[in-house]
Amino acid sequence: MSSVPASAFLALALILFCIGLYGALTKRNTVIVLISIELMLNAVNINLVTFSKYGMAPSITGQIFALFAISVAAAEAAVGLAILIALYRTKKTVNIDEMDTMKN
Amino acid sequence: MTFSGEFLAFMGLALVAIIGGVLLLNLTRVVHMVVALIFTFVAIAGIYVLLSAEFVAAVQILIYSGAITIIMLFGIMLTRHNDESESKAGKWRKFLLFLGILGFAIAVYLGIYNFNIDQVPTTLHENNTMQIGQALYSKHIIPFELVSVLLLVALVGSIVLAKKEDKEADKE
Repeated sequence: MSSVPASAFLALALILFCIGLYGALTKRNTVIVLISIELMLNAVNINLVTFSKYGMAPSITGQIFALFAISVAAAEAAVGLAILIALYRTKKTVNIDEMDTMKN
Repeated sequence: MTFSGEFLAFMGLALVAIIGGVLLLNLTRVVHMVVALIFTFVAIAGIYVLLSAEFVAAVQILIYSGAITIIMLFGIMLTRHNDESESKAGKWRKFLLFLGILGFAIAVYLGIYNFNIDQVPTTLHENNTMQIGQALYSKHIIPFELVSVLLLVALVGSIVLAKKEDKEADKE
């Protein structure tokens, strides 16, 4: 039927998820950390859409779940960026290792 | 495995997506990283088309390469972004993180590399948007309405968080 096996899509999603995870844990700029989290959410969406086509019971529900995940991710990006702007206004930095007010 | 057009398209799109991700990790300037990630988002939209999810692909282009990338660029431009110094956390921490993520990747890959269940013919590619609309407004109507409330709360919340305090605004 299809020449691309489902495991290839899952492997691509795995690689993107690992790149996003590494970026979110090592990058210093908070905006890049936020966008790495978006990349991880995208990898999850690839999995959902793959299973909606190649899963045990293919149906449209996987795509609908992916749409909900996209809208929640958009809301998360907006709120995260607003928090970032508010933090920048008080601390004058966007480096994630200088945001340690709760540490002491 | 035959080298059909679908296979070639998948390989090309996957390559673009992964190159975008690797550039995100390796470039030094923040704006370049975000632009590299646009390639990844567009390639993921192409992957959705291969998986017969045309509507999700259109939404991906609109929301990710359009809205989220632009909002992130605004976030970068509105803050201080020109220091390119590396993280103070040493190479050891990065190396250990890399090992941990590699272990995670290998563990998950062992689970999925021979994932193969019988492919059932689907009708997802016929009138994809109509199917999504019908399912969304009949079976999933309550989550759909809840998402509208969530988006409203996110809108109001981010405005409240990002706007200046009244005292500060009076001073300036």
